[in-house]
Amino acid sequence: MKILVTVKRVPDPYAKVVPNTAGTDIAREGLQWAINPFDEIALEEAIRIKEAGKANEIVAVSIGGDECQEQLRTALAMGADRAVLIQITEWLDPTSIAHVLTRIYQREQPQLILMGKQAIDTDDNQVGQMLAALLDLPQATFASKIHIENGTATVERETDAGIETIRVPLPAIITADLRLNQPRYVALTGIVRARSKPLEVLPLAELGIAPQVRVRLLAVERPPARQAGKRVADVRELVRLLKEEARVI
Amino acid sequence: MRTITLRGGEFLLREVEPAQVFTPEDFTSEDLLLAQAAEEFVRGEVQPRNEAIEKQEEGLTVRLLKKAGELGLLGADLPEAFGGLELPKTTSTLIAEKMSLQASFAVSWGAHVGIGTLPILFFGTPEQKQKYLPRLAKGELIAAFALSEANCGSDPLSARTKATLAPDGKHYLLNGEKMWTTNAGWADLFIVFAKVDGEKFTAFIVERGFPGVSVGREEHKMGIKGSSTRRVILDNAQVPVENVLHEIGKGHHVAFGVLNIGRFKLAAAALGGSKEALTIATRYAKERQQFGQPIANFGLIKHKLAEMATQIYALESTVYRTAGMLDEVFHGIDPLAPDANAQYREADEEYPVECAILKVFGSEVLDYVADETVQIHGGFGYTEEFHAAQIYRDSRINRIFEGTNEINRLLMLDQLMRRALKGKLPGLMEAAQAIRAELNQPQMPTPDPIDPLEAIGKYIVNAKKAILMTAGMAVEQVGTELEEKQEIVAHLADCLIQLYAMESVWLRTRKLQQKGLDITIPLAMTRVFAYEAFDTIEAHARRALHAFAEGDMLQILLAALKRYTRRTSEVNTMALRRQIADYVLQHERAWMAGGK
Ligand SMILES: Cc1cc2nc3c(=O)[nH]c(=O)nc-3n(C[C@H](O)[C@H](O)[C@H](O)COP(=O)(O)OP(=O)(O)OC[C@H]3O[C@@H](n4cnc5c(N)ncnc54)[C@H](O)[C@@H]3O)c2cc1C
Repeated sequence: MKILVTVKRVPDPYAKVVPNTAGTDIAREGLQWAINPFDEIALEEAIRIKEAGKANEIVAVSIGGDECQEQLRTALAMGADRAVLIQITEWLDPTSIAHVLTRIYQREQPQLILMGKQAIDTDDNQVGQMLAALLDLPQATFASKIHIENGTATVERETDAGIETIRVPLPAIITADLRLNQPRYVALTGIVRARSKPLEVLPLAELGIAPQVRVRLLAVERPPARQAGKRVADVRELVRLLKEEARVI
Repeated sequence: MRTITLRGGEFLLREVEPAQVFTPEDFTSEDLLLAQAAEEFVRGEVQPRNEAIEKQEEGLTVRLLKKAGELGLLGADLPEAFGGLELPKTTSTLIAEKMSLQASFAVSWGAHVGIGTLPILFFGTPEQKQKYLPRLAKGELIAAFALSEANCGSDPLSARTKATLAPDGKHYLLNGEKMWTTNAGWADLFIVFAKVDGEKFTAFIVERGFPGVSVGREEHKMGIKGSSTRRVILDNAQVPVENVLHEIGKGHHVAFGVLNIGRFKLAAAALGGSKEALTIATRYAKERQQFGQPIANFGLIKHKLAEMATQIYALESTVYRTAGMLDEVFHGIDPLAPDANAQYREADEEYPVECAILKVFGSEVLDYVADETVQIHGGFGYTEEFHAAQIYRDSRINRIFEGTNEINRLLMLDQLMRRALKGKLPGLMEAAQAIRAELNQPQMPTPDPIDPLEAIGKYIVNAKKAILMTAGMAVEQVGTELEEKQEIVAHLADCLIQLYAMESVWLRTRKLQQKGLDITIPLAMTRVFAYEAFDTIEAHARRALHAFAEGDMLQILLAALKRYTRRTSEVNTMALRRQIADYVLQHERAWMAGGK
């Protein structure tokens, strides 16, 4: 079985992200970057499935600029066998990303696509679902447990009502939730071994697709600063201010 | 002989171009990934267990070392043929820096991969290497280095531990007691030094399980409490003859050989520890309010943060420049070649002066940073509630072990002279002669260049001359008594430390500039550091001259010194430090080059 895993480059979850001076984007200068944590969980799961003898190849794919090779190298160091970078020069919205991924699917013909449930930069939580719809494949989102047996995946997903267990025939798209697993540390030996693993770079044009971007990023700004606290004389005044100024009661 | 940019000690005689030195900005993305993997391991597995490590929870450090071994973190310096990753020294130094974010663990790790493992790589027989190195790389075996004894620390060659060949001719019987052995509590393997027949100082590979080997109780230490420090007791310990390491009577090669790399790595560890402390101090300074505002707003706190960052930049520039030099001599040694050991030794013996400089400079930067971290915490820094106190306690050992800073200061001039006598420092005598000739020529003082980096470049050239002049006169005037007049030697050592650091900083900043990177903050740090280093060099040289010359001779020498230390430019260190402090406060860390 071949597993395709998506790997998005995002700002490090612990980095301080601020708008750039023009307010058109986040300030990228000096920022640390990482694999989207949910994608890392998806990759870890793929590696475990392979280690259990249920898959024989893991392909990591990223869509972005050349700098995404760093994250793909990390994916190779963790245990992916091959990596593909789809080079883009302009930002793509979730629908376009899903369209690009359909081409990768057709090219690679994986039996399982594992993705993060969302990317922590834009928190859209859309691509997995859209891709399933475009490919007309079954989907199991927010997976917290995955079991593969005889061409079927049994997936537990955490919902507000409790744990839901669903079964999907493969090929299918599964998106990973936080509690699916805890990704391993990247081993230095893995990084050195990754030197000889293939990393293919494909310009978007070579996939024969010209996505129609329908979502545009207009501005990036800081949340409004919190107002300084105020001392009140007594409860009566507190209640009055809550009513008249804060208008919460 | 490979072509190398600068031979050991040659930095005192010649200038190099920025392109010829290695700087942290030269790391590849793979190097950074390796470093990140090391850092994630330490932050994820080691730091969260700080308390348990400090209490020496049963088995914990060994578990962590084994886990590190699985991830390849014990094999950076080892050849692939022996289960290592065979990384360049620059990369393995970066890994060492990242492994040092918890001091006790750093010491346990460092003793294992450094002074515990390297003696076998550099001096072992092919059989010894095959037998031990792959298991050391995996962490299946933990190593220790037992050189010091209760009565001989700084003078290890006076060791009392004896070895005698057993009547069966197959074993040596070792008798004696080693003291202060790091990792003794959990090591499986000890590099032990003993005198065969009470005379021939020799190294042995001693397994813990050999009959007659035992260890004492844990020492109660001031800091690095989570590291194990015990005596190793050898009571008719039976060591097979094939476990003699290197030649009989040549134990000093082994002992001093690995100490060079050990001293260098200590500086890398000090760098990692210093950066971590700066971040902790900065966060506290931003949070702590006094007089209605964060203490970070006060000039004297900014001064501290800026000075810490500047010292860290200087240490970092010096560490990686030296790592690059070590790479030049170690690169390309075939670990399986019949003369591999001779090549390792030759490489290892190239830079004892630079390694001693780094040992002293690194441990003193860390001590300064640790001290100011406590100071920024005020009274809270004096309690164990905050991490600052532990940083302070942990830092102190670095000036003591791997040769005290006194011993390392004495070693610098001694090694320079030895190298010169052996013909390994060509040009020293000529350089001293040239200075003498120059001093006989009248010279019109010229104003310093306007460009700050050019001005500093001039000071570096002149500082070299000032030091060569002072050292040369000291050797000539004091002669063999110099060994006894240690104070003069120490003044010269301080000159060398400041010079090497000042030049490394200057080269790095120029390289950054040539790469087109933003040098606002590096330039500010370079100016602060270089001007003060230049002043320090002048002061030490002047005191040295006063210590051995008098009357007319003294006046002539002081005039000569003045000629080389005169400067017409000055800097506003207050303004520069405030600029540096603002960077540190914004980023909550030491300076590093911005992303692409
Ligand atoms: C926590 C810890 C871990 C250690 N780990 C190891 C280890 O793993 N393996 C190992 O072999 N050793 C180890 N050591 C020992 C360490 O290397 C020695 O303590 C150190 O070399 C100093 O020796 P000493 O303690 O005998 O001090 P001394 O030699 O007695 O020195 C006392 C003072 O006198 C000064 N002094 C000594 N000689 C001279 C001189 N000629 N000129 C001027 N000043 C001088 C010293 O600089 C020092 O200030 C460790 C020590 C500690 C505390």
